[in-house]
Parts: sequence; structure tokens; C-alpha cells
Amino acid sequence: MTEFRSAALPASGSIARSPSRVAAGLAAIILGLVLYIGTGFAAPSFIHNATHDTRHAFGLPCH
Amino acid sequence: MLKSIIVSAFGAGLLAGALLTAVQFVTTEPLILAGEVYEKAADAAPAPAATHEHADASAPAEAEHHHEEGAWEPADGFERSAYTLIANLLMGVAVSAVLLGAMTLRGGRIDAKTGLLWGVAGFFAASLLPSLGLSPELPGTAAAEIGSRQMWWLGTVGASAAGLALVLLAKPWWSKALGLLLAIVPHVIGAPEPPTLEAAYPAVLGAEFVVASLVVSALLWSVSGLSAGWLFNRLSGRA
Repeated sequence: MTEFRSAALPASGSIARSPSRVAAGLAAIILGLVLYIGTGFAAPSFIHNATHDTRHAFGLPCH
Repeated sequence: MLKSIIVSAFGAGLLAGALLTAVQFVTTEPLILAGEVYEKAADAAPAPAATHEHADASAPAEAEHHHEEGAWEPADGFERSAYTLIANLLMGVAVSAVLLGAMTLRGGRIDAKTGLLWGVAGFFAASLLPSLGLSPELPGTAAAEIGSRQMWWLGTVGASAAGLALVLLAKPWWSKALGLLLAIVPHVIGAPEPPTLEAAYPAVLGAEFVVASLVVSALLWSVSGLSAGWLFNRLSGRA
């Protein structure tokens, strides 16, 4: 676990908004949005058919 | 920091996706399969143009809902369930990554408790508020063109998320008022209207599905937030 600790606490190690923290937060949000849109909204028929029940179950627009 | 976020998002997302697949299996899935029985029966029935008074008005709308012929789809049973599991796992990772990313941008403590709170807020923004305009639909529900609904849904998610963030996180009263306004605007604009309110399935089946779907979504967001916050807290070594 130590490598995570060192990665999570760069030299400054402060609570203040560091550029690396903002970059990490934005990168995570972008990754999440790409997965969310790809799974829940992508148009190609085979993706729609593979994710059909998931889209319906979570109330996302389907068909 | 990004490494802890990604590892936590995958860990929490896989847990939430697997759990939600089990929950769906006994809640939404039986209703979806029942809805499809009615949908297929309606498709198979010969168009009663001569005997049905409203045939001319409703026929084109129903025709739009036929599944595309010839496109690949998983076989019913194990294969279909397996793809649903994969899609649920991806949704779990997606939701966990967005929540952890937002909590990281916001700063402050990230643990199971704050994760759960962000998860509940995410459910409001990305599921509950958009559902007010576009209810969860059983297969066979008549609805407007898919592109316009997806656009309205995503726009409403964005406006609701920004609105909730302003209401809950901003200090000045006018930011909170602006946030409230943002959350309301998509509903004033209005979601794309379905061509008909008639459905092939019994009304109670649709009602049961709406509730089941909202419960499943609430669980997805809250379990993802809770476990992502807990895992990130463990991995980043802050007790």
C-alpha cells in the first residue's frame, strides 16, 4: 500500500488544490463519462443489444 | 493519486456491478422479460387496420419500436445474462470513477460516508430528476425518437448535477438560487413526448417496473459511492 501513499501525497502533500489533484480528478471523471456513455448511450446495434437489459434496468432511454 | 482513484473505481465498480446484477435478476429482469412477451405478441398480431379505430394514428409509432432485424443480439438465457453482467460492471466502474473524480476535485475527506453522500447526490442528478421527464420504460413502451431522448436525458443530468452542486456546495444565496433554477430548466423545456400513451403491457407491470428501476439505480449510485469512498480511503492510507 505504500506506493499508493507516496503517489497520493506528492512533495507538497497539502490539502490545498494542487494541479496534480485537479488533473487526477478530471481524468477520473472523463474515464467515467466515456464508460457511462459507451455502455448506456452508444448507438451501434450490437452495443445496444448487448447492453439492452442494463439500459432498461437503470431507466436510460433505450430503442 | 490517479492510481488510487482508478484502482478504487474498478474495485468498487466491479462489486457494485456484480451486486446489482443479482438484484436486477429478481427485480427488473423478470419484468423486462414479461414486457417483451407482450411486445412480441403485439408485433406478431396482424395489424388490425380494418377493425381498429385508431389504427392510422398509432400504427407508425408502434412500427418504430420493432427491433432492427438482422442485427446481432445475445441469445436468451446465459449469454444475455452474461452481457448484462458485463454492462453492469462497466456502469459500476463508470459511476465510481465519476464520483471519485468529483470528490477529488472538491477536496476534503474521502471515505465511506462522504462516498455514500456523493452517491446519493449522483442518483438524484443522473437518475431521479431525469426520470421525472422520461420514466424508466419497459420494452414495448412507445416513446419519441431515441436521439432526442438521449440528448434531453444527458442535458438534464448535466443541468441537475451542476444545479445540485451549486445548491449544496456554493456559499452565496444567489448561487444556490441559480442552482435551483438550473435543475428546473430542463423540466420547463420538457422531455420529448411519446407519440401515444398506450402500451401493449398491463399498466401495473409498467408501474412495478418504474419503481424497481429507480430502486436499482439508487442502489447502483449509493453502493458505488460507499464502496469507492471506503476503498480509496484504505488505499490512500488516510484513516
